[in-house]
Amino acid sequence: MPKAKTFQDLILTLQNYWARQGCLILQPYDNEMGAGTFHPATTLRALGPRPWNAAYVQPSRRPTDGRYGENPNRLQHYYQYQVILKPAPENVQELYLGSVREIGLDPNLHDIRFVEDDWESPTLGAAGLGWEVWCDGMEITQFTYFQQVGGFDCDPVSAEITYGLERLAMYVQNVEFVYDLAFNEQFRYGEVFHQSEVEFSAYNFERADTEMLFRHFKDAEKQCQELLSGNRKLALPAYDQCIKASHAFNLLQARGVISVTERAAYIGRVRALAQACCQAWLDSDMGKYTPRYG
Amino acid sequence: MTELLLELFSEEIPARMQAGAARDLERLMVEALSDRGLLFEGIKAFSGPRRLTLAIAGLPAKQKDVREELKGPKVDAPAAAIDGFLKKTRLTREQLKVESTPKGDVYMALIEREGRDAAAVLAEIIPEVMGKLPWPKSMRWKPGVSTRWVRPLHSILATFDGEVVPFSFAGVSSGNHTRGHRFLSEGRIEARRFEDYEAALKKAHVILDTEERAAIIFEGVKSAAFVHGLELIPDEGLLAEVSGLAEWPVVYVGSIEDQFMEVPPEILQTSMRTHQKYFALRDPKTGRMANKFGLVANMIAADGGKEIVAGNERVLRARLSDAKFFWDEDRKRTLESRVHDLKGIVYYEEYTYWHKVDSIATKASIIAAEIGADPSKAKRASRLSKADLTSGLVGEFPELQGLMGRYFALNDKEEKEVADAIRDHYKPQGPSDGIPESDVGASVALADKLSTLYWLFHEGERPTGSKDPYALRRAALGVVRIILEKKYRFGLKWFLDLGWYGALTASTEGDKEKTESDLLEFIVDRLKVALKGKGIRHDLIDAVFSLGNEDDLVRLVTRVEALQAFLKTDDGKNLLAGYKRAANILKVEEKKDGRTYISEVDEKLLPESADKALHAALAKAVGAIGSALDREDFAGAMREMAALRGPVDSFFEAVKVNADDPKLRENRLHLLAGLRAALQRVADFSKIEG
Repeated sequence: MPKAKTFQDLILTLQNYWARQGCLILQPYDNEMGAGTFHPATTLRALGPRPWNAAYVQPSRRPTDGRYGENPNRLQHYYQYQVILKPAPENVQELYLGSVREIGLDPNLHDIRFVEDDWESPTLGAAGLGWEVWCDGMEITQFTYFQQVGGFDCDPVSAEITYGLERLAMYVQNVEFVYDLAFNEQFRYGEVFHQSEVEFSAYNFERADTEMLFRHFKDAEKQCQELLSGNRKLALPAYDQCIKASHAFNLLQARGVISVTERAAYIGRVRALAQACCQAWLDSDMGKYTPRYG
Repeated sequence: MTELLLELFSEEIPARMQAGAARDLERLMVEALSDRGLLFEGIKAFSGPRRLTLAIAGLPAKQKDVREELKGPKVDAPAAAIDGFLKKTRLTREQLKVESTPKGDVYMALIEREGRDAAAVLAEIIPEVMGKLPWPKSMRWKPGVSTRWVRPLHSILATFDGEVVPFSFAGVSSGNHTRGHRFLSEGRIEARRFEDYEAALKKAHVILDTEERAAIIFEGVKSAAFVHGLELIPDEGLLAEVSGLAEWPVVYVGSIEDQFMEVPPEILQTSMRTHQKYFALRDPKTGRMANKFGLVANMIAADGGKEIVAGNERVLRARLSDAKFFWDEDRKRTLESRVHDLKGIVYYEEYTYWHKVDSIATKASIIAAEIGADPSKAKRASRLSKADLTSGLVGEFPELQGLMGRYFALNDKEEKEVADAIRDHYKPQGPSDGIPESDVGASVALADKLSTLYWLFHEGERPTGSKDPYALRRAALGVVRIILEKKYRFGLKWFLDLGWYGALTASTEGDKEKTESDLLEFIVDRLKVALKGKGIRHDLIDAVFSLGNEDDLVRLVTRVEALQAFLKTDDGKNLLAGYKRAANILKVEEKKDGRTYISEVDEKLLPESADKALHAALAKAVGAIGSALDREDFAGAMREMAALRGPVDSFFEAVKVNADDPKLRENRLHLLAGLRAALQRVADFSKIEG
C-alpha cells in the first residue's frame, strides 16, 4: 500500500525523506518561473566551490502548456519537487531510489529504469547529463548531473533530482485525470486548481497584455543590466530581474507574438542576463556567512 | 593460458552508445597492445546498461626482450649532438662504443631492453585507453577530477592471469569485484577469470552479452505473441535499443484498449515505439495490428509482473489518448486549410515551408510534364505535401510526416494518386527504403529534393565530413536513385536548371551558374557512391561524364557499363594499353614541338602497310562509333572500338613513330592523334585508371 496516499502526503514524504538525508528544506521562490532549476537555490548555488544540499517544492509556470483544464495531465501551473546535492554523492542513485521506496513504489514490484535524457536550458546557459527515470514505462523523475550553468563549468558537479509531483501522484494514486487527484483526504486537486487553470489559460493565450509584457521584458532586462554594472554588483536582485524577463518571454510566446527568428534572439537575451548574474555570483561571497556572536 | 579481464562498471550508459563504446574499447586496446609488442590470441568486448567488459585471451606473461644497435653522431661531433644521443638512448658516454666507418669514427649504442611483465604494461595501457575512449558525450562528476566518463564510474575490475592489475582512473582504483543486477542481486561479486565472471553475473541476474539479451527478447516476444495467436512485427532498431536497456530482460504482454484500435496502426506503432519502446504484434492471418503489445522489463517482479503490466498499460493509455485526440482533432481541418499555416514554420532562415511548397509545385509540374505524369496532380500533391507538418500528430511524431498527410488527404477526398504522392515524396529515406511508386510521387519527390539542394547550395550550405544537418547527401542520392530506377530520360543540367524556379532571392547569373555547377558535381559524386555498390568503377564514370555532353544519367550508366564490360575483354585491355602508349607519345612530342596534333593525316605519306591499315581502320571506326552512339547502341560502339585493336597493335609493332624523316614523323603523330580523337568520342580514356 502506498504511503503517499494524497498529493500533500507525497510532498510531506519527500520533505521528510530529504530532510533526513541532510538537505535544507527550503521554500518556493517568490517569483514566477518555468522550473525549479530557476530557483537561485539551484541556479546560483550550483556554481562555485561551496557544498550545498537543498530540497524544495517549486510552483512552475509554463504558459504554453495551458489547456483550459481539459487535458488529463497538462498544466500551465504545476509543482516540481527539486533536490540539489552538491557535490553529487557517490550513492546518489541509491539515495534517489530510497525516496521512491519511501513514497510507496517498491522496486521489487515495479520496473524502474534510468533512460538517457540529457538536460539543457538555453535560457540559463545550463546543461547536464543524466536520465529520465522510468517506473513501468512512466517517466517519474528527471535526474541530472550539472556540467554547466550560465556558461560556467560546475566544479564540483551537482546532482539535480526533479520530480513532477502531479504526474507522480497520478501514478501512485492510480488516477487518470489530474484534477481528480486527492490533494488531501478532503479536497481534490481540481478544487484547488481547476478554475485557476481555466482562467490562466485564457490569460496566457488571449488576454495577457502583450504591450505590457514587452515593456516588462525590457524593463527587467534594463534593471538587471544596471544592477550588474559599476563597482557594486548585486547578483541576487539582478537574478530576480532575469527570472522576470524569462517569464515575460514565456507569456509572450504563449500569446503567439514572437516569431521563430525573434524567439532565438529573446532566448539569447535572457541567457546573456543569466550569464552575467552567474558571473556576479561567482565574483561575490557566494553566501558565505560567519556567525556574528559565535 | 594468460587472460585479461577488464570490466568498467558505471551508472546507466545510454543504450545508443553501448555497442560503439565496446567496439572502441576493443580497437584502442588492440592498438595499445600491439604498440607495446604484446600479441594475443583472442579478444571479445561486451556492453550493457551498466558495464563495458573486455576479455583478452592468450597474452604473453612478458614482452619480448629487445636488442638493437643504434648509430650515433661522429666522435668529433658538437657536444650538444652527443648529449642528445645520450639522452635518447639513456646511456652514459662510457657505455657507448666507437666504430670506424669510411666517414670517420662514430659512436654506437647497444640497447638491450628486457621485456617487461605484461601486467605492468597493462597497468599503463588500460588507463590510457580509458582516457582515449571517444564517448559521444561524457561528463565530469568527482570534485577536482577533470577526467570524463559517460556517467559516473563506480568500479574497475581488472585481472591478468587471475591477479589484479593495479591502476586507477578518475580516482577509481582497480580491483577484482563488481556488482550484479540493481534490484535482483545483493552485494559485491568477486571474479578473477572471464568464465567465472560471466557465470557469477548470470547468477546475479546480469546477462553480459548483448546478442544473448537480444535473442532472449526476440524469442520471448515471439513466443508470448504465439500464445495469443499473434506474431511479432519485427523491428531491428527497437530490439537493439531495448537490449541496451535491460541487464535481465523479462518479456510481458499488455493490452491496448479497443477504443484506440480505430486509429491508424502506424500511429499506434510509432507511439508505442518512440515513447514506450513496446513491440507491436499482429494477426498472422490478416496482417492487421493486434490489440496486444510486447514490453520488456528489467525485472522479475514478485507479483509475476501484474503491477508492471498494469502500469505500462496505463501509461500507454495516456499516450494513445493523446494520439487519438490529435487524430480526431487534426481531421477536423482539411489539408488545404493548413497550407497557409506553413508560413509560420521556418525551413531555412527566412524561408518558410510555405515558400518551399510553392517552389516544389512549380518544379513538380514541369517534371511531371517531362516524364509523362499528370502535371495537375503533381501540382496538387506538392501544394499539400507539407501541410501535415502543422498537424498535432506530426508535431508529436515527426517521423509520421507524409504518412499522416496521406491519411488526411484521403479523409479530405483528394485523389488517391495525390494522397499517395504526399506520402511518397519523402522517399527514399535511406538505402533500404524504396522510391515513390507512381510518376506523380516521383515528380514531387524530385521537386522537393531539388528545391532543398538548390536553396541550400545557393546559400552556401555544404555537407562537411560527417556533418550534413540538412541531409543534402541523402537528397542528392534520392535524386540519383529515382532517375535511375525509374529510367527517366532527361538531362541533369535541364533538371538543375529548374532549381531557380521559385527561388526566393533574386540570384545573379553568376550565382546561378555556380550553384548549378557545384550541384552537378555533388550529384555526380553521389552517383559514384550509388554505383560503387554495384561494382561500377568511379574512374569510368568520370571518363564518360567529363566528355561534357553526357548528363542523361540513364544513358551515362548504360555507357559506363558497356565500357566496363569492354575493358574486361582482351581487346579492351590491349586497346587501352595502345591508347595510353599513343597518348604518352603525343604528350611528350606535343610538348617538344609546342603544338597539338589533330589527325590531319597526309594519305600519300603512309609508307608501311601498318600505317595504311591503321589509317583505314580509323576512318571506318570514327563514323561507325559515331552512328552507334547516336543509336545508343553502346555495345556496338565498343565492338567498333575493338576492331581498332589489331591495327593499333600492328602499328606499334611495325613502325617507329619518331621516324627520321620529319614529315613522316609528323604524319604518324597525326595518325595517333586520330586514334585519341576516335576513342575520345566514347570516353575520356585519359581518366581511366590502370
